[in-house]
Amino acid sequence: MSRPDLTTTFCGIRSPNPFWLASAPPTNSEYQVRRAFEAGWGGAVWKTLTHEPIVNVSSRYGAVDYDGRKVMGLNNIELITDRPLDVNLREIERVKRDFPDRALVVSLMVETNRDAWHDIVRQVEATGADGLELNFGCPHGMSERGMGSAVGQVPDYTTMIVEWVKEVATTPVLVKLTPNVTDVTAIGRAAAKGGADAVSLINTVNSIMGVDLDRLTPKPDVAGLGSHGGYCGPAVKPIALHMVSAIAGDPEIDLPVSGIGGVQAWQDAVEFMLLGASTVQVCTAVMHYGFRIVEHLVEGLERWMTEHGFMTTADFVGASVPRIKTWGDLDLNHAVVARIDQSTCIHCGLCYIACEDGCHQSIEKTPIAEADYTAGAAPDRVLRSGGHAIVTGGGDGIVNRYTIRESTCVGCNMCSLVCPVDGCITMHPVDNGKPPMTWNDYQAGLADGTIEPIEPPEHA
Amino acid sequence: MHRAGDRLNSATLAKNFADDPPALGDRDAVIEAARCVFCYDAPCTRACPTDIDVPKFIRQILHDDALGAARTILDENVFGGSCARACPTEVLCEGVCVDRARGKAPVEIGRLQRYACDVADAAGVAFHEAGADTGRRVAIVGAGPAGLTCAYECRKRGHAATVFDASDVAGGLNTVGIAAYKISTAFALTEVARVERLGVDVRLGHAIDTDGLRDLLHDFDAVFVGVGLGRTRDLDIDGESLPGVVEALDFVRQTHTGPLADCTVGRRVVVIGGGNTAVDVATAAARLGAEEVTIAYRRGEAAMPAFRHEYERTQKDGIRWQWFARPTAIVERDGRAAGVAFVRTTPAEPGSRGGALADVPDSAFTLDADLVVKALGQAPHADWLTAIDGVAVDRGRVVVDPATGRTGAKKLWAGGDCITRGAEVVDAVQQGKIAARDIDRVLREEATR
Ligand SMILES: Cc1cc2nc3c(=O)[nH]c(=O)nc-3n(C[C@H](O)[C@H](O)[C@H](O)COP(=O)(O)OP(=O)(O)OC[C@H]3O[C@@H](n4cnc5c(N)ncnc54)[C@H](O)[C@@H]3O)c2cc1C
Ligand SMILES: Cc1cc2nc3c(=O)[nH]c(=O)nc-3n(C[C@H](O)[C@H](O)[C@H](O)COP(=O)(O)O)c2cc1C
Ligand code: SF4
Ligand code: SF4
Ligand code: SF4
Repeated sequence: MSRPDLTTTFCGIRSPNPFWLASAPPTNSEYQVRRAFEAGWGGAVWKTLTHEPIVNVSSRYGAVDYDGRKVMGLNNIELITDRPLDVNLREIERVKRDFPDRALVVSLMVETNRDAWHDIVRQVEATGADGLELNFGCPHGMSERGMGSAVGQVPDYTTMIVEWVKEVATTPVLVKLTPNVTDVTAIGRAAAKGGADAVSLINTVNSIMGVDLDRLTPKPDVAGLGSHGGYCGPAVKPIALHMVSAIAGDPEIDLPVSGIGGVQAWQDAVEFMLLGASTVQVCTAVMHYGFRIVEHLVEGLERWMTEHGFMTTADFVGASVPRIKTWGDLDLNHAVVARIDQSTCIHCGLCYIACEDGCHQSIEKTPIAEADYTAGAAPDRVLRSGGHAIVTGGGDGIVNRYTIRESTCVGCNMCSLVCPVDGCITMHPVDNGKPPMTWNDYQAGLADGTIEPIEPPEHA
Repeated sequence: MHRAGDRLNSATLAKNFADDPPALGDRDAVIEAARCVFCYDAPCTRACPTDIDVPKFIRQILHDDALGAARTILDENVFGGSCARACPTEVLCEGVCVDRARGKAPVEIGRLQRYACDVADAAGVAFHEAGADTGRRVAIVGAGPAGLTCAYECRKRGHAATVFDASDVAGGLNTVGIAAYKISTAFALTEVARVERLGVDVRLGHAIDTDGLRDLLHDFDAVFVGVGLGRTRDLDIDGESLPGVVEALDFVRQTHTGPLADCTVGRRVVVIGGGNTAVDVATAAARLGAEEVTIAYRRGEAAMPAFRHEYERTQKDGIRWQWFARPTAIVERDGRAAGVAFVRTTPAEPGSRGGALADVPDSAFTLDADLVVKALGQAPHADWLTAIDGVAVDRGRVVVDPATGRTGAKKLWAGGDCITRGAEVVDAVQQGKIAARDIDRVLREEATR
């Protein structure tokens, strides 16, 4: 079978694969972008340029560790490039010359002044770069100066600046959206209205990383003070997926989408693509592990595409978008219940306590004598040592057996989410004999008297 | 036989007896703690004889509250630091850990428990104080884990506690009996000090006999007996009293009471027995520099009372096992032990593991040895208690109600190895705790009457 073709054309910009580096520290310099392209990245969005380099503070980053795992979320109070414009431009030119097949897009942010935008667009396009990305998303530092998210939060400003850029730009213009808005589609529409060729999202989420409990100082700490910063990494992926799908599903925004936010693994990238992104951009995972991760992204995507018989990324980009509906379009009569596979259950009781204290009191806990349990259990559940027979999950002579009470289980998924054993709790459709009925159908039926009100569930 | 220091330098000896396994560092502890899934009605807690809320203390470690973790542990088990080091966790908390059912190694509960207790020790935090004085006085016979726990728990409840021990070292076998690479003597004594800090009066060199016990019952409001077990049982074979034949407890004790370099060890050591004590002796001998150590057991591997992890330890230490080997005599040369004569055994009923044994005809053989250690287990030594009205001793066990620790005699409770005929430190602690609770209940009831 022939290998899938990962080549991507994104609003006219070609790249050998859909994996781009997001505009961020990994794309700060020629040295880094060269290393990235050598490692196999399909494209890069150069670290945001402006006329006068900014000045950064120290320290700058903070991270959320979760139960021993590092950097589940990353926050920064770093600004856009701190290197002179002419140096950046010379480097961009050299990199583009040496890597003609890669997508090299340059991120821009200048003050809200038409001439300033015209000037920087002309200077950047002279390097031979493939496109421009307008950074309307940076939530800290630049926004107070009327740039970044200060622009990206106001639809009219967004439209206005995109129009200015489009007046002179000859290469495609991407608008990078901020998630720090109540409705991202409003900004997406504004960008489309201004003539944008594509959107990319999300930029970072407003956040405070935490407080040092000894010194009572915020994190990250700049001489005992802190400031809200931008949050990214695995923790923000669900927010980004929602926003990408909202833009992709909006009939008024017919633009290609570059998905950004928390991509660590190829699976994350595929999810973004299924929800409408034709390229994905990555920052935190590279800041954590380096450029080498692109190999896993490429190989994983290829294997998945082969398994599904997709030959090009266009075969599946956006495939799941039509399945994202409003709540009112979901079938109220569809029912699932949880089931526990006793042969793989390890008797941790987590499903039980989650259901009992947090959900719908639908799991039974039954102590079974260890001796009765071992009669039916796999032999590896019993360890013999010094004349003792120790039963895994036992203790004090009993093993707790957990079973679902299907008559009251509402099918919320919670037990299956907390169960530490993959595949041990699965959700199964039950036939309740009722025809499909959405909330919208229900409301209409109630109004015209064709449907009886649904009885509330019985609770323990 | 020779001094260990004649063949190994002290650095090597110190290394051989360094904590095994070593302590966890901060970061390692958090990573290990993160492996716990935080079970509900947790198997590990059910399997802990002292009912320590294991997922709670592990989560406290995970959430950077090692001191809180130490309190969770020490609230239930004042010997939490010793238990963390010496519990056979494989057959207790870690044996039932659900992670094992996922084909993984169990969470290292013992090492995490040690980590928390070490942090508390380093910080010098004492979690408990003596309760308001009740004016009642409890006497405790035996300063092992059972007696000291009982004393500590009585002090927490405001009763005066006086502990009498025949030995010149406090802590019982927890101080001088457990393999030195599990619990160092110095560490064991810090746990004794924790008990004393609460105002427990420990009187060493005070052996109590029947009359002494009668006096205590007369002078005190309650008496707890935790005298443990006695000497290692005899082999009942010729040559047993020759120089070069020693008993397990003395052999292990020397690794605690003197410098390691001064310990006596042989070049070729034969240990007779098949339980955990035999393993402790053999590993100590190997670590003291013996060239060849053999454990000779009269039954087969399947019947071996030693725990699996202890057996694995002997494999690591290069110790040989002789299965189905029954000693018939100590071989003498120049007035000293020079070896052990054995005969092979076989189960009298084929296939049985624990039943009667028969000798295999013409199977005699000899193992050379300049040191023979008897490690058959300890003989009970509580028969003298039957002289007290109401106390029953059944095959060496002092009979008590397991829910209260009460003997049949008024005002007299018992716990520890003397009621079980030998279990673990953690069991002794629990029995001391149970008895203290009941003593407190009885003394308070008396006070309100
Ligand atoms: C070699 C060996 C290794 C062991 N290894 C482990 C291990 O790794 N892990 C584990 O958990 N357990 C181990 N144990 C078991 C553990 O040591 C005992 O279960 C525990 O110490 C019992 O505590 P106790 O308080 O009942 O008795 P002991 O610790 O035996 O203390 C009894 C005390 O009573 C004193 N005494 C006795 N008679 C009198 C009297 N008439 N008057 C005054 N004082 C008296 C003794 O001097 C002693 O101090 C081991 C035991 C042995 C022998
Ligand atoms: C330290 C840091 C600096 C960043 N600087 C920029 C920037 O200059 N311009 C920009 O458009 N986005 C910037 N970002 C946002 C990233 O490009 C990206 O949108 C965001 O980190 C989400 O992707 P991720 O979850 O893969 O990190 C920055 C992010 C970080 C962590
Ligand atoms: S959470 Fe899963 S493994 Fe744990 S008791 Fe429930 S079904 Fe069993
Ligand atoms: S005391 Fe022993 S059995 Fe109990 S939890 Fe601690 S290590 Fe495990
Ligand atoms: S059984 Fe294992 S996983 Fe469960 S609470 Fe105990 S240590 Fe944690």
